[in-house]
Amino acid sequence: MTPETALETMNLLRFATVGSVDDGKSTIIGRLLVDTRQLFDDQVVAVEEASRNRGVGDLDLSFITDGLRAEREQGITIDVAYRYAATPRRKFVIADCPGHVQYTANMATGASNADLALVVVDATAGLKEQTRRHLCIAALLGVRQIIVCANKMDLTGWDEAAYDRIVKEVDQLAATLGIESATVIPVSALLGDNVVLPSNAAAYYSGPTVLEALEAAPAGSWSSSHGGNEEAATRLPVQWILRHPGGGRSYAGMVDGASLAVGEEVTVLPSGLTSRVKAIDSPHGEVEEAPIGLSVSVSLEDDLDVSRGDLIVGSGDLPTVTSELTATLCWFADTTLVPGARYRLKHTTRSTPALVTAIDAELDVNELALRPIDKLEINDIGLVSIRTASPLAVDDYGHNRITGSFVLIDERTNITVAAGMIGPPLLLEQH
Amino acid sequence: MTTTIPTQAQALDSLDLLESQAIFIFREVAAECERPVLLFSGGKDSAVLLHLAVKAFAPAKLPFPVMHVDTGQNFPEVLEFRDALIDQLGERLIVASVDESIARGRVLDPGPLGSRNRLQTTTLLDAINEHRFDAAFGGARRDEDKARAKERVLSFRDAFGQWDPRAQRPELWQLYQGKVNTGEHLRCFPLSDWTELDIWRYIERERVELPSIYFAHPREVVERNGLLMGVGEFIHPEPGEEIREEMVRYRTVGDATGTGAVRSHATTYPEIIAEVSSARISERGATRGDDRFSDSAMEDRKREGYF
Repeated sequence: MTPETALETMNLLRFATVGSVDDGKSTIIGRLLVDTRQLFDDQVVAVEEASRNRGVGDLDLSFITDGLRAEREQGITIDVAYRYAATPRRKFVIADCPGHVQYTANMATGASNADLALVVVDATAGLKEQTRRHLCIAALLGVRQIIVCANKMDLTGWDEAAYDRIVKEVDQLAATLGIESATVIPVSALLGDNVVLPSNAAAYYSGPTVLEALEAAPAGSWSSSHGGNEEAATRLPVQWILRHPGGGRSYAGMVDGASLAVGEEVTVLPSGLTSRVKAIDSPHGEVEEAPIGLSVSVSLEDDLDVSRGDLIVGSGDLPTVTSELTATLCWFADTTLVPGARYRLKHTTRSTPALVTAIDAELDVNELALRPIDKLEINDIGLVSIRTASPLAVDDYGHNRITGSFVLIDERTNITVAAGMIGPPLLLEQH
Repeated sequence: MTTTIPTQAQALDSLDLLESQAIFIFREVAAECERPVLLFSGGKDSAVLLHLAVKAFAPAKLPFPVMHVDTGQNFPEVLEFRDALIDQLGERLIVASVDESIARGRVLDPGPLGSRNRLQTTTLLDAINEHRFDAAFGGARRDEDKARAKERVLSFRDAFGQWDPRAQRPELWQLYQGKVNTGEHLRCFPLSDWTELDIWRYIERERVELPSIYFAHPREVVERNGLLMGVGEFIHPEPGEEIREEMVRYRTVGDATGTGAVRSHATTYPEIIAEVSSARISERGATRGDDRFSDSAMEDRKREGYF
């Protein structure tokens, strides 16, 4: 394990792998973990034994994250594996996501909290449709930074033309998706070139290794790095009412949007009642100001009617209170979504019955264009209109991830059937 | 007491973020589920879990009871610790006993020295049914095992208590959804993103109390299947095994028949953190007989309804 010298000042980067099946996502993560010595000796031995038992060589790096029996049988990733790594420079939370179209919901689960996507492309095959599709979903979810691995470069003889072709394809796609940085690194996950250890195999490449690029990428929570709105005000969805033994109440939740300070004027939505923050209790005791990401409980100067599902908003821009939503929807269920369908909608800490009133368009992920359609099939992305039974205090997803997102739940089975982002698709907004 | 916390989000260190996230999960589940319960083994992870639960609902009491699945083969230090801690907190403790499951004929008695690890699943599921719990908080971490690395924070169990790793609910953003139908339940893992080292750094920072066996002490041990087993009520030397006194500590705490000690001189938090930082063997690999059965021992047990 890495010595824990400077953990206190170390920052945290959350990233998700994106790419088509068999392009080597899990192998790259395995290589990254092995070469930075994140694995314990007995874990390496266990992977070696499993590899030999299944006849896939001495050490199948993909087995490090493909931990389920069915995954090892088929040599694919079915669900997200979360791994944790620390180098002297930074801490990482890694979501190794599946590449199959069948497991898009799992991929979206892994990418929904990512700061960055590590895109893996098979250099012998170029950018596949599935890679475009998943990168498009990652972009819709708000991922704006990518690092691209041109993998299996050893199989091309480290061919510069193969590398250049991927750089070109990636540049084009990144531009359409509104993605900011697109470093393309020629690597061999199998042999280890340019993953952690620099390699001379690609003489034409002088950029960073994958690890160096991951260490240099800007980190930070999505909500604080994205949006970039100076006027952003606090959003505190109320989770729970704490009744104090000596009398009095406080409202528990996690701070988002902007920090919250004692004395600040706040509005409670959807009621619209206003008050001031009297005190903020945190896991460390009372604080004067609570930053984004801190779980707190807040007491107010006035005795208002506040319950779970309400949103406490700081001074500044207010969210919209509405029962009519337009949203970008990722449909995960194997049933067809048609207008008139009823679900339970969970938005922040509030759940309400909801009716899909219209399906306005489908997003064609290849053309990145909206096409009129009246139904959505599994893994389709569409623009829909929804009416909710009780009003919600919402922001556009591009403005705030927490107040801009929701899920639809089948009321019979309680299964999450869709993920929704309020407003038009993020990546089309920029065109 | 007022402390000053810097106002930038980046100023929350990684432990602060993990702590706040765990508290968020506790509050979501308590609000969404009707009858949650917190599973407490007396080990370090469940000590941290309980510490965080108390923080999530302070100054009020916990809105759910604490439950110990008692294998009947405990380290005495762990039971003492459990009772003292619950007493001090003034919370409700339910003990679900494997001995009772054996007495009622629910499971076969593996004999006085046999492993009861797998039997706990029946005791746990019976207790969940009996008390009609719809959510059970556990201290499992994704860095512990490759099957756990795949599991959602709120993990669905069907009416038979089974986990289906191929059909997990999507879990996006901070939207943890906790509704289940009658007879089904959730396992909830607020420590999902914590590593072993995070746990120790947090224990040190918060001065979380632990059973004494986590700190180095002299103990009579025998070496068995590569594990150092403490000689006591449940471990007797077998022919050919030699009893030695060694300085050891426990890196995990489970059933006394299945949990091994590690050689150690670490008696303080910083010494333990230094030891954990430089360890080359994983905590389960170093200390648990139960995970060594097969390549997918944990996945198989989890499918049946294990912790």
